[in-house]
This record gives sequence, structure tokens and C-alpha cells, in this order.
Amino acid sequence: MTQLKKQVASTLPANISLDWLRSAYSHMVLIRAFDKKVVALQRTGQMRTYPSCLGQEAIGVGIGLALQDNDVFVPYYRDQATLFLRGVSLTQIMQVWGGDERGHLFEGAARRDLPLCIPIATQMTHAAGVAIALKSRAEHQACLVTCGDGATSKGDFSEALNLAGLWQLPMVCVINNNQWAISVPLHKQTACQTLAQKAVAAGMEGVQIDGNDVAEVYQAVDRALTKARQGKGPTLIEAVSYRLSDHTTADDATRYRDLEQVNNAWEREPVKRLQSLLHAHQGWSPEQENALLESVRKQVDDAVTAYLSIPPQPADEFLKYQFAEMTTPLALQISWQHERFPEHETSDSNGVQKS
Amino acid sequence: MSVTRAVNSGLSDINTVHEITMVEAVTLALRRAMTEDPTVVVLGEDVATNGGVFRATENLKTEFGFKRVLDTPLAESMIAGISIGMATHGMRPVAEIQFMGFIFAAMEQIVCHAARMRNRTRGRLHCPLVIRAPFGGGIGAPEHHSESTEALFAHIPGLRVVIPSSPVRAYGLLLSAIRNPDPVLFLEPKRIYRIVRQRVVDSGKGLPLDTCFTLRQGDDITLISWGAMMHETLQAATQLQQRGVNADVIDVATISPLDMTTIVRSVRHTGRCVIVQEAARSGGIASEISARVAEEAMPWLQSPVQRVTGFDTPMPYPRHEHYYLPTAADIVRACERTLGVI
Repeated sequence: MTQLKKQVASTLPANISLDWLRSAYSHMVLIRAFDKKVVALQRTGQMRTYPSCLGQEAIGVGIGLALQDNDVFVPYYRDQATLFLRGVSLTQIMQVWGGDERGHLFEGAARRDLPLCIPIATQMTHAAGVAIALKSRAEHQACLVTCGDGATSKGDFSEALNLAGLWQLPMVCVINNNQWAISVPLHKQTACQTLAQKAVAAGMEGVQIDGNDVAEVYQAVDRALTKARQGKGPTLIEAVSYRLSDHTTADDATRYRDLEQVNNAWEREPVKRLQSLLHAHQGWSPEQENALLESVRKQVDDAVTAYLSIPPQPADEFLKYQFAEMTTPLALQISWQHERFPEHETSDSNGVQKS
Repeated sequence: MSVTRAVNSGLSDINTVHEITMVEAVTLALRRAMTEDPTVVVLGEDVATNGGVFRATENLKTEFGFKRVLDTPLAESMIAGISIGMATHGMRPVAEIQFMGFIFAAMEQIVCHAARMRNRTRGRLHCPLVIRAPFGGGIGAPEHHSESTEALFAHIPGLRVVIPSSPVRAYGLLLSAIRNPDPVLFLEPKRIYRIVRQRVVDSGKGLPLDTCFTLRQGDDITLISWGAMMHETLQAATQLQQRGVNADVIDVATISPLDMTTIVRSVRHTGRCVIVQEAARSGGIASEISARVAEEAMPWLQSPVQRVTGFDTPMPYPRHEHYYLPTAADIVRACERTLGVI
């Protein structure tokens, strides 16, 4: 397994500018601040169970910057950074984890993206299906799907990769190998030396990269996406990182892992690493850092204010999206809901909330 | 043979009448849907070159090419999963699960995603896909090839479950299922794939989903069934008629969502109700219909609702299938109990 680097490279990555790095760094700092805030909201009863992406910012930002608008993103559930870069607002991301399906009304580049996927690895076959659709229309775009290291043990992971290799689908899979599937470490998940080698059995290219190096993530994903868009087949990318957070806010990682290991991982975490690189190249000043932190604080605060002010759905809303057309049984059940809840909590037939 | 050739020539045969079996009606509907709509694709195990193990997709690959008739690797969850991905991105996949006994590997995809995508995304994405699966016993197949587990799927919100019982309804219902913007599980009772031929007009007209079909009208008793058991149910109705008892015979066809309007109207009229299912007795569609009849027609009932069902066991191995499967005689006996004859 690749050891995550502690020290920054002395030279800039090839074809990566300081401006690009500053932009990536800004996104990563925003996502880290956002993530910290959402966890705090959960601790104060204003958020439901939430999976932190602490330590995974380079993966999410690297993917988000490599995807083009017409590509399709098929997320799992720890993809806050990529979703944000696809045009999903911080407010919407909070809305989903705050328990409101309307957060999935993605717009912009994400309008065709799939919603968050919770059953592990099931999104892998969806991505293969999306890639089939793109290929059948000869759209020179790619589908990118993410999963965690635990997902690589599941059938859907293998079934999807097998098909992607067989049919040479325009698909890129990025494994966020953060070393932990809730409490199970990677060495209890597989005997494989790497997860990237799982590509071999599927007849596709597999690469392992440093998932805490945003430039490396970007370049690997960009290369794989370009290849897929050109009809040259799928790629499996294993991005090695470390989950610095609990699995979710409902988890307590101190029950199953040593503090020493976590402290060690903090030494290699992606935000600090990129900051050091920028400093080493005189690419980042304390003034810039302060301005960024202030801007990020405002952006997150505004998003939280917007999230907290979203009115609940009317009491009959959840009954209206089962089928394209209302069915007789559901129409009856909606009428029961109108009896159960006061009028102001239901909507009229056009979905407009009654005053 | 002339019939088969006529079937194979596609849209040039608009309104051509075919004297065909139910499995040929499935093929006819698939061909019609694929001709009408270039986004319709057929996929599954052995569906392309082999034309399906029951020949339901015979010749489709020759006519429409390998890009629209896809032999997939042997992985049911993948078949359902890619269908979801395709359906959310502008295609209309019609996937075949070779036998319903092997659908369980795909169940997570069907239950957790296909049936929920519209709801989860509040209508932003939807899943216009059909999963076809032959089901039911009576053909002497090995274990796992004779399941009738339709109730498991009828319990899932957001999923339609449609079961034809004749060539005409297989054609019309499958066309409507493929055109429907939401996921449909289309279960084909394989015991009756070839037992009757029927005149099917290749008109492209679909039959309504979510609607029962009244196959025979009568005033004395309501007989309700679906799929292969419609045949035993109609035989029982004929035997009853010979004794002067006229049955209203209802083919439920779409078992979820249920058209209780038709059923309740009939039961209120006849005052007697017998429900026939091949599936295991407990927790099935017959139980649901029985409960709904109790809720909505109890004052009209002149005797308790009767159910004629399979047993709470797996289907026996083929040598002993006949011990399990309900017969017309079983249905007549249940009617006699309802009528107070015995």
C-alpha cells in the first residue's frame, strides 16, 4: 500500500500552475469549513446523521475540477466537495443530510447526475448503465462513479467493473480508499496488495494514486476521463487517503482505532499539505489566507442560514412522487393525510402550499 | 410457419392478425415497441443470439442489431443496476431475468433504486424500465425455476407489478409497461406460454395498467385470480355454470397498484368472493384483496371470503408439483363452501 507522503514535493507538479493550486486550495478550505460546520449543526440538533468528508477534500476537489459539465457524476455519500463543484449548493447538501429529499433537485452541471447513493456499491452498476446510454448516443462524455474501500468487497463493484471492461464503457471509477469501512480496516477487507489491482480481473486499467495530493488526483482523473470520452475504455483509480473523521456523526471511531494512527494521518492531511506547497513556492500569503477564511466563513454561514430557513415539505408531499401519474390508492392516501394534518401543512393539487 | 414469418416482418404488418401463443405475443410487443421507439433496448442473459431460453426475444437481435439486443454477462444485480442507469439517462431498457427464482440478486437494485429514483429526486430523475421474468410452476423445471413470489414485489412502493394471462393481454400490457414512465415488473406465467393460441392484432394498442379485466360476467359469485391460475379459474367458472351458478371472473392483471374499484363493485354485486393464487398462502396478494374486500364490501358479503392458494412451502421438486398447484376442483370446492353447498 502506498504510504501517504508527509512532505510536499519541492517542485510544482507538471502542467499545474500556482493559480490552479490556489483555486483548488480555496475549494478544499471551503469544504473543510463547511464539513466542520455541518458536524457542529448535528451536535446541536440541527442536522441528521452526517458522513463527514474530513481528510477527503483532495479527492473530491480533484474529481470535481476534472469533470466537465456534460459528464455524468454518480456519487456515493461522501462526495460533498465534488457535488459542490458540480453546482449543488452547500444548502442543498445540508438539505439532503438534514432529511429533505428536495436537496436532490440538482441543477447546473449536476442536473443529470444521480442522487447520493447509500446502499454500498449499488451505484457502480448505475454508472455502467449511464455509460451505456452515453456510448449508445455517441456522446463523447464520460460517467464518473465514486465508492469507498469497503465497496470493493461487494458484488455490484465486481459486476460493474466486469461489464465496463467487457463493453469498454466510458466510465471512470474512483475508489476513495480512506482505509476504513466504519470500523473495519482495509487489511480486514481484502488480501489484495492494492485495490487498483482489482481492475486487472475486469480487463481494464487500474491506477493507484495519492488521494491527499489534489494535483495528482486531478491529473489522474482528467487523464482517465479524457480516455473514456475518446472511447478508449474505462479506468479504475484507487485514491489512497485516510478518514480523519468518524464514519458518520452516529459513529465513535475511538472505539476501534488508535489515536496514534489518526495523529499520524493528520500529519499527512491534504489541506495542510497543499498549504505548505503553496508557501514553499511563495504562492500564498497570510493576508490571502485570512481573506480566504473570512470569505469561507461567510459562504458557510449564508448557506447555513438558508438551510435553517427552508420550510418543511407539506404533509402530503412525500406521497406525490411515486409515479408519473397519481394512482387511485395513493390519491386515497393523500386524502387521509389531509384529514390527519391541518390544512396549512398540505398542498393543493399543483403542489402549492396552502396558506 | 407462415404465422411466424408474418410476426417477424415488423411494422409492415400493422394491424396484422396473428394466431399466436403468449410467448410469441411477448416477442410481438417487444418488436413493436423497439420499432416505435429507438430508445427501447432488450437486455439480459441469453436474450440476443439465443433469443432467450423461452424464445421470448427470438430474432430480435437479427432485426435490431446487437446494440439494441444485448447479451449481458451472468449477473442479475448488474442487469437491474445498469437498467436503472440507462433508464435515468434517456433509454427504455427491457431487461429479462431468466427465471424469477434468480431475481433476488437484483432485488436490492429494484427495491432500493428503481422503485425510488423518482421519489428520491423529487421527480428530477425517473426510471422507465421493464424487468420481465418468467414465473410460476407447472413446467417440471428444477428447483428455483418455479417461484411465484410476486407479492414480495407488490409490497414495494413505486413499483408496478403486471401479470398477463393470455396472448392478447401479454401483448397489450407489455406495450403499456414499456411506454410507462415508471418501473414495471412484468411477470410472465411460463406454464401458459404455449398452452393456447389467440388472435392478436398487432395494432400497437396498449391495454390499461392498474386495471382489472372482467373475463366473464355473472351475478352469483366473484372469482378473482391472475396469471396462469386464470385458466383453472375459468375452468371452474365453466363447471359452476353447468350447475347454474354464474361467476363474475376477474383477471387482476396489475397486482400493484390494485384496481379495487372493479373488485369491490363485483363483490358488492355478487356478495360472494373466492380468490385464487398459485403463490404460497400467507402474506400474498389474495390476503391483500381479502383484507380490502373486508374493508370495503363487508356489508354486502353473504359468506366469508375464500382463498384457494399454494402452500406455505417452496414449490416441490417437479415430480410432486401437482401436490402443490391449485386445481379447478379446488376452486369449485371453495365456491361450494362460499355458496353454502357444502
